Amino acid sequence: MRSVESFPISARVLHWLMAAMILAMLFIGVFMAAAVGPAYHTLVDLHRPLGIAILLLALVRLANRFLFRAPTLPDTLPPALKLAARASHVALYALMIAQPLVGWGMLSAGAYPVTMWGGASLPPILPHDTALFATLRHLHSWLAFSLFAVVLAHLGAALLHGLVLRDDVFPSMTARRGGKK
Amino acid sequence: MLALIRKSLTGKGGALRLAAVVAAPAAVAAAFVATAGWLSPDRLTPATFMRDFHAVDGAHPGFRRNHAKGVCVSGWFDGSGAATPLSRAALFGKERSQVVGRFALAGGAPNQPDAPGKVRSMALQLIPTNGAEWRMGINDIPVFLVRNAADFSDFTLATAPVPGTGKPDPARMSAFLDKHPETKNALGLLKARALTSGFANDTYNSLDAFLFVNAEGVATPVRWAMVPEQTVEPPAAGEGGQDYLFDDLLKALAQGQLRWRLMVTVGEPGDPTADPTAAWPEQRRKIDAGTLTLTKAESEDGGPCTGITFDPLILPEGVAPSDDPIPAARSAVYSRSFTLRSGETKPPSEITPAAVRSGGQ
Ligand code: HEM
Ligand code: HEM
Ligand code: HEM
Repeated sequence: MRSVESFPISARVLHWLMAAMILAMLFIGVFMAAAVGPAYHTLVDLHRPLGIAILLLALVRLANRFLFRAPTLPDTLPPALKLAARASHVALYALMIAQPLVGWGMLSAGAYPVTMWGGASLPPILPHDTALFATLRHLHSWLAFSLFAVVLAHLGAALLHGLVLRDDVFPSMTARRGGKK
Repeated sequence: MLALIRKSLTGKGGALRLAAVVAAPAAVAAAFVATAGWLSPDRLTPATFMRDFHAVDGAHPGFRRNHAKGVCVSGWFDGSGAATPLSRAALFGKERSQVVGRFALAGGAPNQPDAPGKVRSMALQLIPTNGAEWRMGINDIPVFLVRNAADFSDFTLATAPVPGTGKPDPARMSAFLDKHPETKNALGLLKARALTSGFANDTYNSLDAFLFVNAEGVATPVRWAMVPEQTVEPPAAGEGGQDYLFDDLLKALAQGQLRWRLMVTVGEPGDPTADPTAAWPEQRRKIDAGTLTLTKAESEDGGPCTGITFDPLILPEGVAPSDDPIPAARSAVYSRSFTLRSGETKPPSEITPAAVRSGGQ
């Protein structure tokens, strides 16, 4: 029995809350983009504010990330895999910030109101430009698919640590700091 | 690390655990693919409608996939205050909203010749000084032809020319109409409607039902119409020509303002809101919610109506969707049409800047 060095509670809460939100957004997104029923409008109305909430939480999370020292990966991992793990985490941070910004930006460029809840809406962050709108709308799809691919790899890697390698990595995101293994 | 994996595999249940590592992401991926509809090619999606319009009118990159032939207009809307008891939307108060609009002919062909009986449309974006905007696209027919998106797709395909004859297949249309008496009835009403001489003296109907929601949160089902102040006249005998409807509109706007009254029809319990093929009783209360004044025309090429889509679910607080399924379908499909055309190079519109400058001469 030795203690596991884990992420602080703030990081763990943010991680699991945002994991649920981001996965939900990916499924809502691809469903609504292929829907013409009444669910289309309901889901787009949900998708915009939820996406902006992810953007805000991601910024909080990023700031929080600099306030603590993240647990180090176990030395049983070869350096190349450590690098891959770091790179995938950077990619996840980049995508969870870029994706909602692209969503907001594309609606701005298409002169759509960026409606939130209760009739409030956000100001445009880009000029009205239809070519830009078309580009960003496609980018929003491709970033979503990239984000989903990285999330899947991340899920597989997490499970590999948790179920097969059974090292300290999985508990670092689930267990209390200094909790017993 | 590989050694570690191998070691763990020899332990109890090791193979099962490794299988779970692969199976879990695979299951999530499969759910994603199914949710996106990639496994169900028959699902009705915005892409279905893009194919439908293509089958009827061919490819016209850069143009709206429907109501392709049109011209931009602008002006303002003065709320009368009479609709405020029903809707808390700011633009119904006694204030002026800026308006960008578009007149168009239904159909996906951007160069189709004008004709008296073709369906004409008015699209509007009302932007109040304070408060949210309202977009609408409204047509000069008394009721809509179908009840839902699936029927719209089937009906559209039944009007598609078949290779060989270049004409729609009459058998396909009559099979559709046999199954859809409401469409047969709507086509009858459409044929029987009184035509007017042009865009300027035409009445445009919301067809779809929406809800007005007032400051107390009470929702009332409504439909509305833009009713012209211009003198209504029947089509002049022998009128015609490739762009005569648009030219007449340009002439009228070159001479002065054009005005419409926004007449809101207040629904009563039992009035069908989910069925745009069913008219509401004639004696329903009507409210004069304000006056639309149009002052200026511009070609789509360079004009302010090209870079937006008149998505009927861009609604201010105080106007909400009803259980009518058509507006959500329109919102999804207009978004796709807008995305596609925004990424394409558009040839010149039929109504050119020169035509507008000459005032339709
Ligand atoms: C949308 C889904 C997800 C996103 C965006 C995400 C993002 C991240 C990020 C950025 C990190 C790096 C830690 C940090 O700096 O904050 C991380 C770590 C971690 N995640 Fe996720 N995650 C997601 C889903 C999951 C799932 C489903 C699992 C497990 C089944 C998981 C398990 C872990 C574990 C164990 C760590 C710790 C890795 C380490 O020690 O460095 N994550 N996650
Ligand atoms: C992490 C945040 C977000 C994720 C994961 C996400 C994901 C997605 C996905 C997967 C799609 C469908 C793409 C396709 O199949 O083509 C989509 C579409 C869309 N997203 Fe997002 N999105 C996010 C944030 C936002 C934000 C902040 C906005 C706007 C404020 C937004 C607005 C839209 C719109 C308007 C569509 C297209 C709907 C249509 O096709 O008619 N998204 N999103
Ligand atoms: C499911 C049924 C419908 C479908 C699939 C459909 C499809 C379309 C499409 C693809 C456009 C082009 C949008 C753009 O690129 O900006 C369009 C324009 C338009 N539609 Fe529909 N439509 C439907 C029902 C209706 C109804 C019920 C009305 C009238 C009440 C209507 C009125 C209009 C008008 C006025 C325009 C032209 C807007 C403009 O001038 O930009 N449509 N429609």
